[in-house]
Amino acid sequence: MSTFLQYLIYGLQLGSVYALLALGYTMVYGIVGMINFAHGDFLMIGALGTFFIAKLFTSFNIDGTYPMLIVAVIIIIAMLGTGAIGVGVEAIAYRPLRNKPRMIALITAVGVSMFLENFPRALPFIGPNPRSFPTLFKTVRYSFLGASITSTQIIMISLAVVVMVGLYLLVNKSKIGAQMRAVSMDKDAAALMGINVNRVISITFFIGGALAAVAGICYASVYPQVEVYMGSWLGTKSFIAAVLGGIGDIRGAMLGGFIMGISEIFATAVNSTFGYAVGFIILIVILLVKPAGIMGKLTKEKV
Amino acid sequence: MNWKKLVKTAYPAVIVVAIYLLTMLLLKGGLLNKYYIQVMMFAGINIMMTASLNLINGFTGQFCIGHAGFMSLGAYGAAIITTMVFNGKNIPVLAQTPVFLLGLFVGGCVAAFVGALIGLPSLKLKGDYLAIVTLAFGEIVRAILRLIKPIGAARGMIGIPNYSTIAWILLFMTLTLYLLKNLIYSPYGRAFIAIRDNEIAADVMGIDTTKYKITAFCIAAFIAGVAGGLYAHLLAFIQPDSFSFVKSSDFLVFMYAGGSGSLTGSIVGAALLTMLPEVLRFLSEWRIAVYAAILVLVMLYRSDGLVGGKELPFMRIRRKELYEEPLFVRKATKKHPSAQDR
Repeated sequence: MSTFLQYLIYGLQLGSVYALLALGYTMVYGIVGMINFAHGDFLMIGALGTFFIAKLFTSFNIDGTYPMLIVAVIIIIAMLGTGAIGVGVEAIAYRPLRNKPRMIALITAVGVSMFLENFPRALPFIGPNPRSFPTLFKTVRYSFLGASITSTQIIMISLAVVVMVGLYLLVNKSKIGAQMRAVSMDKDAAALMGINVNRVISITFFIGGALAAVAGICYASVYPQVEVYMGSWLGTKSFIAAVLGGIGDIRGAMLGGFIMGISEIFATAVNSTFGYAVGFIILIVILLVKPAGIMGKLTKEKV
Repeated sequence: MNWKKLVKTAYPAVIVVAIYLLTMLLLKGGLLNKYYIQVMMFAGINIMMTASLNLINGFTGQFCIGHAGFMSLGAYGAAIITTMVFNGKNIPVLAQTPVFLLGLFVGGCVAAFVGALIGLPSLKLKGDYLAIVTLAFGEIVRAILRLIKPIGAARGMIGIPNYSTIAWILLFMTLTLYLLKNLIYSPYGRAFIAIRDNEIAADVMGIDTTKYKITAFCIAAFIAGVAGGLYAHLLAFIQPDSFSFVKSSDFLVFMYAGGSGSLTGSIVGAALLTMLPEVLRFLSEWRIAVYAAILVLVMLYRSDGLVGGKELPFMRIRRKELYEEPLFVRKATKKHPSAQDR
């Protein structure tokens, strides 16, 4: 029982990273209709950026950790920075291709992803070597029904849940959320209704980037190593999670992320390669039963 | 015998032979070294992969983003035949060629069989969802290969005889392109293109879309399997991780950068983009970043690909050529009674 609970905690922890990243995929897909393969690299930029921002604040470092206020400042700077990079990528690389076939944008995204990975790799002060991530939160270990849970894990999982609920409310209750939903239904009609489509899409990419930065900080806090390629496979996994839940649906992305995280941890307990593949197997099974994912709605094609 | 037609059909083959002789001459003359030849061989294999991917994505309009999965099946299939079944390093020289061809054929068949299996979900899934299933398939194949102990598991297979030469690769590349060209201008190819342009309309016109989609997957997978076999016998070492999603996305990039729905595009895209990173070697660590930037710029300013969906004359069959007298005229078809009545 305690082992089960322990795995569940690890699963929730990994699942919250997947879910945060999947939210970015699903929002971009829902609104622009493209698969942003570079999204995983936003996570890397967020984590790597945090590493350097934390270095700037070294003078506040006490006993290897930072005061809560400084941590909040670091996280906010990282989120703003990564969000800005997301907006920049969209404006430079994706906006000119908005009316082109979807695969063209996808290939461009592959190119952008390669660039985002290899540009920092070539920069002399970053380079290809992995770095150890600074401890942002003080780690306190609690025992809970025989399983141990650290304060980092609690902060991480609750942060992810709070962010997701906030995003859900933002999309469904706020004015900008209404604009987003309008753009996702029909770009041209939304533009005719006086919605600034470019602005809405920029905001979407900004939110996606900021969420990816949070995911990156969460991931690097529990697996404290950052390197330029860390985003690529996490990105693929989260993308699978988004599709599993029904891409374009925010609740689906959360659900998919947690399903992926938990199943991966349990399967890894059996065999590490199986742990890697289990998400893909679940995906194929679910898509064969529900071709649009768990929460997704199948749209009828009109002739 | 229709001599004009024969010349028309044969001259691409003459070009390929000329390329081969020229390379051999330059190699003898010392102007080309082994390294250039190896890059050329990789380009040839990449052309096969890209052209076959083009059959699925560019001509049939399905989205396969796990093409390296088929390649890995072919590579392992062929390597198992030549290395483990026949112990390819210690067999007489004369027996090498049949063993190699058998290996390639088996590799292709394994990939084609799995390709048909992957084609099955395409009955139900469309667009991006199908793309994800193919991605998942590629990763599952990689995971399974990592688990099988006798073929080296994650460490990979070593000691594969290096049978692949530039001649073999050029031969298979030419055969692939010839096959695909004739396929695309055949009734099958017309059906593929109809499915790409509008699947529902194609269905209504009486095209068995299921059959044609699976056929496209099958043929493309077979070619990818053979290319994988050539790859395995070129490197003499294969490991599951070299057929990851990164590899699949390479072929996608080659294909769309060259131009989807155009075999010339596949040739240009695969050849240029295989050579580009090698040409950029002088940039050392900036190489891949510059390569990526060039790729993004190509996609931004030439969204339809470098050749933009056009075909070179020898990769195309004109409409009037379809109605010309065939190359080898069978007497029986000429004497058909209904033809005489008219």
